[in-house]
Amino acid sequence: MLQELQGKFVNNFITDNRWEYIADGLATTLQVTFFAVIIGIVLGFLIAIVRSTYDKTGKLKVLNAVCKLYLTVIRGTPVVVQLLIIYFVIFGSVDISKVLVAVMAFGFNSGAYVAEIFRSGIMSIDGGQFEAGRSLGFNYVQTMRYIIMPQAFKNVLPALGNEFIVLLKETSVAGYIALQDLAKGGDIIRSRTYDAFMPLIMVALIYLVMVLIFTKLVNMLERRLRSSDH
Amino acid sequence: MTINKGDTLIRVEKLHKVFGELHALNGVSEEIRKGEVVVIVGPSGSGKSTFLRSLNLLEEPSRGHVYFEGVDITDKKVDINKHRQKMGMVFQHFNLFPHKTILQNITLAPVKLLGKSAAEAEKRAMELLRLVGLEEKANAYPSQLSGGQKQRIAIIRSLAMDPEVMLFDEPTSALDPEMVGEVLELMKRLARDGMTMAVVTHEMGFAKEVATRVIFMDEGQIKEQAAPGEFFENPKDERLKEFLSKIL
Repeated sequence: MLQELQGKFVNNFITDNRWEYIADGLATTLQVTFFAVIIGIVLGFLIAIVRSTYDKTGKLKVLNAVCKLYLTVIRGTPVVVQLLIIYFVIFGSVDISKVLVAVMAFGFNSGAYVAEIFRSGIMSIDGGQFEAGRSLGFNYVQTMRYIIMPQAFKNVLPALGNEFIVLLKETSVAGYIALQDLAKGGDIIRSRTYDAFMPLIMVALIYLVMVLIFTKLVNMLERRLRSSDH
Repeated sequence: MTINKGDTLIRVEKLHKVFGELHALNGVSEEIRKGEVVVIVGPSGSGKSTFLRSLNLLEEPSRGHVYFEGVDITDKKVDINKHRQKMGMVFQHFNLFPHKTILQNITLAPVKLLGKSAAEAEKRAMELLRLVGLEEKANAYPSQLSGGQKQRIAIIRSLAMDPEVMLFDEPTSALDPEMVGEVLELMKRLARDGMTMAVVTHEMGFAKEVATRVIFMDEGQIKEQAAPGEFFENPKDERLKEFLSKIL
């Protein structure tokens, strides 16, 4: 039994350096996730600012409408379809890096969710905080920056952490455009060795460990932020 | 322009504020002079808070003008933020910044808006903290303070900007009864030191003792105003008589 397992392990990961599919795939997955998270945060932040400025002051009407359309489309369609459209339709006739396409697809997708998370955070801050800032003489932008945003960020941190965990796992559909990410790496091994168990369980374990580590990091950050105001 | 004691500091002209169906302010014209302590009373929904909040345009008037130090601050071209720096405001619910320490609460605006150095702002903040006897709370967070302490901090946070006038919007209404005194004490002290104040409150004792003028508002209008003695002893308006009989 043990020997059989060992044999399978060797066949799946050692022979022909098959572990490289896993290692390279993991590197790709991390790369895509990392840059997608950055795009997601920047985009989500900007959209949230536009949306909550409109909610609070009635300004930025046109931009707000554009943002709303964006949110509706992105949240109303599957991420795989968005990925395929970006690769085969938008960049169909252009030779473009698959990693870049995946970063854009997952980044734009995540941005829509992050925007709503940030917006709910901003709206959750008591209106008195805003009035106190304005009454001291801070303008709208300063009030948002010094008073509203730091509090909003703290409030949404758990939801934000959760969104990035979802994003990390979601990148596993990047195989649809034949990007060799972690999931695809495991699947390639499966197709070479005709053994599904070993490579797929290995891939699952790696995702699990990454999520656990990330969850731990978010919890630590949350605790640190919380200790600053009890 | 220097404004001396007794000169007009705030002038309000035919102010209207409409919230949907509700005419919260219905043509209010009034003046607040330097050094005055004006207490505004009235039944709930009378427009007294709306009036006070219009003075620094936290409530944007539907019609009419507000002049502060001779400048029409309802003019869209005026940088309202500059003028608000000189109009301190204290709220019913304190509105301290929970993510900042007490010291940071007090120094934030002077550093960011007046360009004071951190050391300078902190020195002034500590002076103010000593004034209210809360210097040991400098590094505490608002959640660690009692309501009365929070409101005293909110007051000195405004004072740190060296305002020309302080606006108080029911500053003791959210406090437990035993904490009302400490806040009123501080407000009395400000009044004695010559601060120009406009106070919306239900504390008639404060009005009698400290006010230079008491204003009665009802239905979005100023119905009567007088020095406190006259106001409480010899009210003329029927609604004011009724109001006073209910609360005194």
